[in-house]
Amino acid sequence: MAENQAQRLLAGLRSALAEVPLLGWLLGMVAAVIVEYLVGAPLARALGLGRVPLLFGVDLLFKSPLLVPSALAYMVLVYALPVGSVALVTRPLANRAAEKLMVLSPVVSVVVHVAVFYVGLHSWALLNDYRVLVVKLTLLAVMLTLSLNLVNGYMGEFSCSHPGFMALGAYTSSVLTVVAFVGSERFGPPLLPSALGPFLFPLALIAGGLVASLGALTVAIPSFRTRGDYLAIISLAFMLVVKSLIENLEVVGGARGFMGQPDWAGLTTVFVWAVACVAMINSFVRSTMGKALNAVRDGEGAAEAMTVDTRRTKMVTFLFAAFWAGVAGGLYAHVMRYVNPGGFGLQKLAELLAMVYLGGLNSVVGSAAGGVGFMLFSEALRPLEIYKWIIIPVLLILVMIFRPTGLIAFREFDMVSLVRPKGAPTRRRGVPHVAAQD
Amino acid sequence: MSLLRIENLTHHFGGLRAVKDYNLVLEPGQIRGLIGPNGAGKTTVFNLITGVYRPTEGRILFEGRDITGMRPHRIAALGISRTFQNMQLWRHMTVLEHVKVAQYSQITYGLVGAFFGTARRRWEEAEIERKAYSLLEMVGVARWADQVVTNLPYGVQRRVEMARALATEPKVLLLDEPTAGMNPEELKEMIDIIRQVHDRLGMSIFLIEHRMRVVMELCEVVQTLNFGEVIAEGTPDEVRADPAVIEAYLGREVEVVA
Ligand SMILES: Nc1ncnc2c1ncn2[C@@H]1O[C@H](COP(=O)(O)OP(=O)(O)O)[C@@H](O)[C@H]1O
Ligand SMILES: [Mg+2]
Repeated sequence: MAENQAQRLLAGLRSALAEVPLLGWLLGMVAAVIVEYLVGAPLARALGLGRVPLLFGVDLLFKSPLLVPSALAYMVLVYALPVGSVALVTRPLANRAAEKLMVLSPVVSVVVHVAVFYVGLHSWALLNDYRVLVVKLTLLAVMLTLSLNLVNGYMGEFSCSHPGFMALGAYTSSVLTVVAFVGSERFGPPLLPSALGPFLFPLALIAGGLVASLGALTVAIPSFRTRGDYLAIISLAFMLVVKSLIENLEVVGGARGFMGQPDWAGLTTVFVWAVACVAMINSFVRSTMGKALNAVRDGEGAAEAMTVDTRRTKMVTFLFAAFWAGVAGGLYAHVMRYVNPGGFGLQKLAELLAMVYLGGLNSVVGSAAGGVGFMLFSEALRPLEIYKWIIIPVLLILVMIFRPTGLIAFREFDMVSLVRPKGAPTRRRGVPHVAAQD
Repeated sequence: MSLLRIENLTHHFGGLRAVKDYNLVLEPGQIRGLIGPNGAGKTTVFNLITGVYRPTEGRILFEGRDITGMRPHRIAALGISRTFQNMQLWRHMTVLEHVKVAQYSQITYGLVGAFFGTARRRWEEAEIERKAYSLLEMVGVARWADQVVTNLPYGVQRRVEMARALATEPKVLLLDEPTAGMNPEELKEMIDIIRQVHDRLGMSIFLIEHRMRVVMELCEVVQTLNFGEVIAEGTPDEVRADPAVIEAYLGREVEVVA
């Protein structure tokens, strides 16, 4: 009897949760952040944690494993319960709001959702500088993973040059911002009033992306002129060449690195660029032009016979991917406000490949999961220091054996169907129900 | 003016002469056959027409224009489409995606549309999808539209490949053994589909076949290839009775003569 009742309760809860629209979950997220501000610190002390767990407790996993149960309790009390209950309680309200927004315009609705998400994310991160940094680096990781996935997943080639593209973007934009707005002993006084800086910063990032694309062209021309698997070797060589070129370029500090970048890569800036990157790549891979990438991967001869210009497809995609790697590199340089060529070597490549292959090939959702998951994971492994670089490859090998396409392969998303109101159709008068495309 | 005209085509693979002095005139709306024992060079002729190989000698004229040595995707976009002996479907893609991607050369929204999702792209993609569904319905596989091709029965895969070839809007359709590996029932369906496609869309069809029955039912004119050379050309009845053809097939491909 009691079992039956529990089951019924659970089923009811599940169907109620199924009616929560995305907006409801986002409201829950904002609520959880507020709860953390109000009671986070005293609760953490009461649980014996000392201070608020910074990254969902993953940072404690190996540092002080005995605190993990307390961290879990904190997660439930501060995150899970508020998110769940607010999502449930506001469900009718959130559905009505989502419906109104959708009627107004799907684009407006998407923008509002992204904005609410950002408010939640930003307030969550603001509690601590470490969180801000990790969020920024995670957003950059997602950009890099997704752009590499275009080539290694969607197009089925194997490119190793992403750290090189990052480096080109990082150094190009750094030199531009320092020369134009900061000045240095080497470059003299700034050329432009620094008030203009934040406005022209996007241009510096784009310039970095374009230089990375130009570098990509030197890889693409020899690699894609003929069929065959030259890309892996040529792109690896490219990455190493870029690294040693910078090491020998005294004007940007050589192996010592380059610093003094202005502090313009705030959380908002990084977030906006990451959203632009994900939106553009998601849009591309969902178009028929983007699907041609898969055709090139699964059968180049058939793709050509079906009118696909395979050489152009490969070139465009490779340059596009390099552009975003360059932009991410530029942002990275301005987040850290210091870059050195050592950061763009084999270890960076290994990290990026791990994110792509763990997250899932041919997948926007997988890339996001890979970027976020890997960042959390490597923060958790930080106390293990060098052992991290034994654990990550082993994990990668396991994934390759048991799930060769990665955890969440073959998944894009349709933003408009994500932000639709949910629940019984009667409550959604005025919004025609269209099944999600994917 | 004939639609497709091939003059003195010769092709060598290293020392092997796969095609020798091959000629063809294909008229608009015609259905032609190409038969011959295994290894005779039939598929090589298709690969030469579609630009996979550049011929050692000779030239290929499509609508009066010399397309010899042109890249395959451009030849395809001009209006020569094909199926493959071993199908060559894209294994991670759905049925619908196959038929969409084959409309690649008809896309005009460009990179701007692909990256930013313009109104023109939305309109064009809707049109691409509508056309894809109508082709899938024509060959009777619309209900598998959202399935990945790898999981589908063989006969369905063959028809998907046909729909994909049609999506490029060909004026000439090259079919490389479209009934290979089919049972009698599937064979009959495929013949019906080919005839129906021809009646509705009116393109020329040039098909490689192993089974005489298919050739007899569909083709007006048949060529027989042996060791890269045409040894007989005529109506199916004439070719079947030709002593040189019987000689070429003797003891090997009994079913062809049967
Ligand atoms: N790419 C190639 N390289 C070398 N030899 C080839 C190639 N393609 C086909 N051949 C050879 O050319 C001859 C004709 O082959 P093909 O056109 O496939 O014959 P068919 O389609 O009539 O069975 C065969 O001897 C085959 O081995
Ligand atoms: Mg053949």
